[in-house]
Amino acid sequence: MLNMRSVRMVVLLLAVLFAGPWLLDDFILSVLTLVFLFASVGLAWNLMMGYAGQLSLGHALHFGAGAYAMGLLITKLGVSAWFGLPLAFAVGALFGALVGALGFRFAVRGVYFALLTIAFAELARILVEHWAFAGGNGGLFLPALTPDNRPLLSLRGDSGFFYHALLITLAVIWLACALLVRGRIGYYWRAVREDEDAARAIGVPATRVKVLAAALSAGFTGVCGAWYALIQGSLFPDSVLGMRMSIDLIIAPIVGGLGTLFGPILGAIVIQPLNELSKDFAQEFSISGLKLIVYGAVLLVIVLFAPHGIWPPLARWLRIGRQK
Amino acid sequence: MLEFYGNVIVGGLLLGAVYALLATGLNVIFGVMRMVNFAHGEMVVVGMYVGYGLWAWTGAPALVAAPVAALLLFAMGYLFQRFVANRFVEAPQHMQFILYIAIALIITGLHAVFFGPDPRGIQSAASFEVYQLGMIRFDAVRTQAAVASLVLIAALWAWFRYSLTGKAIEAAAENRVGGQAIGIRIPHLFALTSGLGFACAGAAGALVAPMFDVQPYLGGEFTLVAFIIVIVGGLASLPGALVGGLLIGLAEALAATVVAPSMKALFSYGLLVLVILLRPQGLFGKVEV
Amino acid sequence: MNDRRLSSTRRTLLKAGALMPAVGLPGLLRAQSNTLKVGVILPLTGVLAFPGQQTRNGAELAVKMMKDQGINIEATYIDTESKAETGRVAAERLIRDGHSVLVGAWDSGATISAAQAAEAAKVPLIVNVASAPQITEQGFTMVFRNFTSAAQLVTSAVQRIKELPRSASFAPKTAVLTHTSDTFGQAMLGGVKALWDRLGVDIKIIEVISYDVRTRDLSVEIAKAKALNPDLMCPITRVNDAILIVREMVKQDFNPMAIVGPGSPGPYEKAFTDALGKYADDYITCVPWYDPSRATAKAVLQRWAKEFPGERLELNSGFGWEGIQVAADAFKRAGSTKPADLHAALKTTKIEEHLMFGGPIQFDEKGQNNNIGGAMLQIVKGEPVLVGPASIAQGQPKLPMTKWKARA
Repeated sequence: MLNMRSVRMVVLLLAVLFAGPWLLDDFILSVLTLVFLFASVGLAWNLMMGYAGQLSLGHALHFGAGAYAMGLLITKLGVSAWFGLPLAFAVGALFGALVGALGFRFAVRGVYFALLTIAFAELARILVEHWAFAGGNGGLFLPALTPDNRPLLSLRGDSGFFYHALLITLAVIWLACALLVRGRIGYYWRAVREDEDAARAIGVPATRVKVLAAALSAGFTGVCGAWYALIQGSLFPDSVLGMRMSIDLIIAPIVGGLGTLFGPILGAIVIQPLNELSKDFAQEFSISGLKLIVYGAVLLVIVLFAPHGIWPPLARWLRIGRQK
Repeated sequence: MLEFYGNVIVGGLLLGAVYALLATGLNVIFGVMRMVNFAHGEMVVVGMYVGYGLWAWTGAPALVAAPVAALLLFAMGYLFQRFVANRFVEAPQHMQFILYIAIALIITGLHAVFFGPDPRGIQSAASFEVYQLGMIRFDAVRTQAAVASLVLIAALWAWFRYSLTGKAIEAAAENRVGGQAIGIRIPHLFALTSGLGFACAGAAGALVAPMFDVQPYLGGEFTLVAFIIVIVGGLASLPGALVGGLLIGLAEALAATVVAPSMKALFSYGLLVLVILLRPQGLFGKVEV
Repeated sequence: MNDRRLSSTRRTLLKAGALMPAVGLPGLLRAQSNTLKVGVILPLTGVLAFPGQQTRNGAELAVKMMKDQGINIEATYIDTESKAETGRVAAERLIRDGHSVLVGAWDSGATISAAQAAEAAKVPLIVNVASAPQITEQGFTMVFRNFTSAAQLVTSAVQRIKELPRSASFAPKTAVLTHTSDTFGQAMLGGVKALWDRLGVDIKIIEVISYDVRTRDLSVEIAKAKALNPDLMCPITRVNDAILIVREMVKQDFNPMAIVGPGSPGPYEKAFTDALGKYADDYITCVPWYDPSRATAKAVLQRWAKEFPGERLELNSGFGWEGIQVAADAFKRAGSTKPADLHAALKTTKIEEHLMFGGPIQFDEKGQNNNIGGAMLQIVKGEPVLVGPASIAQGQPKLPMTKWKARA
């Protein structure tokens, strides 16, 4: 997938996108920022599902862990937000490795693994809801931005700032995923996904490789969670660690295409604007729950008619990637 | 002290019986057909709305609403399985997950659109009734729900054990090819199974409507409780679903006395993790070959 | 060979081009107008829907009544769906659509997140109902709270409780406090912990029980409270959980000397009295309320009966009404719809003739109105009746409460 044409396309696209804040209005910028955020998480989740073949329905755990790590660091320790990013990665990766190690060590597969991830996310949510230090159910609020705020120090600014920050984050995560997938680890992952026993037989350290996928996936997700905390300015356990978030995180990569590098991005591009539109429509006409119907319908259509997502057929049409 | 614990235990067991009905329904779908029905909880909510709706229109009590809900959901389950889900029986599990999650989202959304997102409570005199037996109070609504649930569970057991169709379903689930070879109509049987599973969920929902205010977003919780019970109790094991349900109902009630009541779910999830890691076949299930 | 690349680039540029015109227009329209665009953020659906909708009713009434006085207000209402984080999104949307001042958001969590957006955009936010201390303690310069902080709520509640007439049958010594675990509940708990003993209440709180505001089952919590046999039950609630609490108390036949809420919504709301019928009576709650002796109150009550027959004017609708009054007053004095001018006018607010019990509406340097009084209500035959303080009381409190089984 990484031939020169794709690379040139990507670099050009990035350059154009970078000019966004000078061309687009605030609202579009904030929608695109969310697109970048969910695309990034989608790519991260994809490492687990698409490449290591393990369905995680509890990714909100890592997302929330990163978010709270950043939130607590800023509010309780008053430290620069820059430290929050590696911390969020580490915390996320730790949880990912933990869940992965437990699951793989006990040979938990399929539905059971998914339920295991859900259980861990719910456990975290309930514990945080009762953790007074983190604000519990009442929420953790980041301090208000003062007029002398310097975005490059506090990592919080206006919509243009967040747009650039998330664009860069997406580019970095995408690059990391692309390199990993193309490298030896990616080869191991695919071997394990295709046939774990055969892979072991030829010397692939299957468990270690899967735990690495889980850790990386969770680490990147944690970083995205940290950005989410910075953008939102407030954190509530039932929204950032809840099942609803876990589902929101995986819709984009499923719609876009599992196991591909552009699938999650495409999925986010499709889903986020749909999200905004349905929210607007719902407010206008005082209908609740419209977004759920839209999400559900999109997922249904995908799973019935395009189970591998919309990127593969699109890529074929654009004639990108290896010709079969 | 004794009065306190006695009542907490009784309350937990009564609720547990309804949970058991809920779990039996999932067991039928997940345990027998191995379909990952992540929309089970939403079917319960449909049942709750049926219960609420019937009460709002006609003042009908839960015991009347339950069969109505069961029939409606049976039809939904049958049709859904026959025309949509049967294609996914052999599909990879993550595909099944996505299918059911999609259905769950759509149903939740439809509930919110048609009934509004606000909680709706059945406020009848029955909500205040109790049967007093010495020190122990039997909440009228819960007791009726528990008894109805046990009756339905027993009926389902009997049907699976003694009826020809029931036995055919179990046979088909264990050996699909063999079943087809001897002429069992698999698609019809699976649709029937799905219908039964949904019907249990619907009946449980109608029974529970007077206890909990109905709102569109309750589905997820019910789905998770059902999965926890089915896994802890043991897949495809009807006694497992019953024991599991009572156990979880009891455990949550007791956990609420030990830790802050809002933390009681910690226990259920913790139990789920332990069972998944250490004894995935659950209490009564058979080890998968 | 290069076609694909060009077409995708062209596509992106076209997209960017099409979006360009959507830049910068709204700002121009705000400055000159004789109609004030007010953005109102409230929970109109979800678990807080009932009080949210009552607040909206109050605001709508105020908009009409202000128009009669020649002040034109155009109010837009956005629903937070009872979710705290939606406050910020709602605020941003309203600001984007050119609203010069925001009013909201009923729930403390949503209010704080809305305040963050208001602060960033330099648009004033008038808080109609929300008591968490962070709202005025976090250094927001755009926030004007016309409601009591948790500390003030607790302080006036404790005052009222101390004033309750003691007698042979009513001499409470112990109490169990229950509260919701959301931002509001935690703020109130903090207030009680800090102030209860300090204010010299002779009633000891022997247990604190918290629960999730969305809970559907409080049987264990009430069983716990009953086992402790307290003289008083002091619930800090919203509406739905208040209903659950009383229902459980009836079922478990738990009869304390009285149920006295130290400052929370719930019992005075129509949803509560409708749901519980005779079991709602005798419940006492200490909250701010409208002052029936005021001319404004009489005018509002009259108009309310016409516009919202069958609904009750209470704390939510009352403060909803005042929120608009404050905005209208600032608009009249500022003579402009620019947020900066409104902000300056708000800082010098002093409204003598208003609806709620207490001194004139004024904001200190943190944006807090310190003149709001706390009243005490008891439900009598399904209606809230003022039983304290003596200056505005319309009746004497019934103590101890009628036992559940003795209710006709």
